[in-house]
Amino acid sequence: MSFLEVTAFLFDGFKISLLIFAVTLLCGAPLGLPIAFCSMSRFKIVKSISKVIVWIVRGIPLMLQIFIIYYVPGLLFGYQLFGQIDRYMFIEYGIADAGRITAVLIAFALNYACYFSEIYRGGIESISKGQYEAGYVLGLTKSQIFRKIILKQVIQRIVPPMSNEIITLIKDTALANCIMVCEIIKNAKELAATKALIWPLFFTGVFYLVFVGVLTVVLNKAEKKLSYFRS
Amino acid sequence: MAILEVSNIKKSFGKTEVLKDISFTLEKGDVLSIIGSSGSGKTTLLRCLNFLETTDCGKIVADGEVLFDSEDKTKMTDEKIRENRLNFGLVFQNFNLFPQYTVLQNLTLAPTLLKKGDDVTIKQKALELIKKVGLEEKADFYPCQLSGGQQQRVAIARALALNPKILFFDEPTSALDPELTMEVLNVIKGLKESGCTMVIVTHEMAFARDVSDKVIFMDGGVIVEQGDPEQVINNPQNERTKHFLNRYKENS
Ligand SMILES: Nc1ncnc2c1ncn2[C@@H]1O[C@H](COP(=O)(O)OP(=O)(O)OP(=O)(O)O)[C@@H](O)[C@H]1O
Ligand SMILES: [Mg+2]
Repeated sequence: MSFLEVTAFLFDGFKISLLIFAVTLLCGAPLGLPIAFCSMSRFKIVKSISKVIVWIVRGIPLMLQIFIIYYVPGLLFGYQLFGQIDRYMFIEYGIADAGRITAVLIAFALNYACYFSEIYRGGIESISKGQYEAGYVLGLTKSQIFRKIILKQVIQRIVPPMSNEIITLIKDTALANCIMVCEIIKNAKELAATKALIWPLFFTGVFYLVFVGVLTVVLNKAEKKLSYFRS
Repeated sequence: MAILEVSNIKKSFGKTEVLKDISFTLEKGDVLSIIGSSGSGKTTLLRCLNFLETTDCGKIVADGEVLFDSEDKTKMTDEKIRENRLNFGLVFQNFNLFPQYTVLQNLTLAPTLLKKGDDVTIKQKALELIKKVGLEEKADFYPCQLSGGQQQRVAIARALALNPKILFFDEPTSALDPELTMEVLNVIKGLKESGCTMVIVTHEMAFARDVSDKVIFMDGGVIVEQGDPEQVINNPQNERTKHFLNRYKENS
């Protein structure tokens, strides 16, 4: 196999890594918000449930969570949901791995939503109560205060920890190969097994590095853009 | 008729009774200073009057309108509390400006959200107020680019942007260096001249004496002595007031 062929094959895998990355961000980031609000709820039950969920999800390895999501429908209901999706999508549309990828996406979105929720909670709780009170004495509603006063300060404060999580996320996507999803490292391992090529495995690092480099630049820009005020 | 009538206000936090039966009145255009040692309940009183704390007992009447009456058992809605708050303005010890907005935006935010007029009028009024507190060159600055004294003047202007009937100050200068204190006190003096009704919690005795029409001395959650400033500050009758003011003279 030529260098170009290997690169193309690895890039096919990296597209799956990027898909997992994008979907996790797009679903996990919004989903973290209601979880954060539940964790701060006045209602003790809501708060405890939310905190227990966050504890469990952050407390066990993501790899294990992928296994759980993937195998639980079969174990509990005797229906291999994701395996069926795999078969159906392959037979009907020739798309491989659709069910496995779905399982991975669910596990990732839930896992990251919990991490994000803790970042949101920390950000929201770090805003001084004087900011709320200044809004109250100006006759504003709670929702106006949150949207127009608190939110932007929270965003400014959470950009650095979110950046960290986002950079971790692209590397975590490699975990998808624990249920044989063809992400980049899985493809590289396949080359090692079938073509006796070991260098592609190390070469995958370049893909991650380039992507993380781009991410770092973009995230730093965002951080800079928000640094015009100090809260 | 008095613009503010406070009768028999009580407030406890758990078992500690912080305000025990506070009553006073304030005439339109007057300046009232509240003095008293730390923990005597001055901040709590201002917070109760501005509906940042729920008052346990008593009655608050502003300009003839009953804002709060513990005899009236109907529950206060959030809407009513917000309306009540709009009667008054409150200036905090640590300013609490909105950091992501410029000086001008700090002033226009609430009037715009509350639809108090069209954008042009709101902006014009805001610029006038910014001028009034002497910051016309700083209208487009962010709070972090201003000194403490300037920030506090913005906070005063922001409170005035909603035309409150009474402006409350909780130790407006105690987070400031002595040089910056004067610029804020001068703004307050200017407001008095333009007829603004104000209630000021302060530790600046000389200022309280010069600017006030009435002084209240609080201790342990009660009003120990009240009257005109000359009398309360220069010639206190009560032992506790004398004791408090003596300590002040020793310290300054
Ligand atoms: N949210 C609260 N919960 C419990 N106790 C409180 C609360 N707020 C105030 N207190 C108590 O009420 C008392 C009066 O406090 P307050 O802040 O009104 O005093 P102050 O006269 O403003 O004092 P200072 O001059 O130090 O500002 C204090 O003993 C304080 O500990
Ligand atoms: Mg106080």
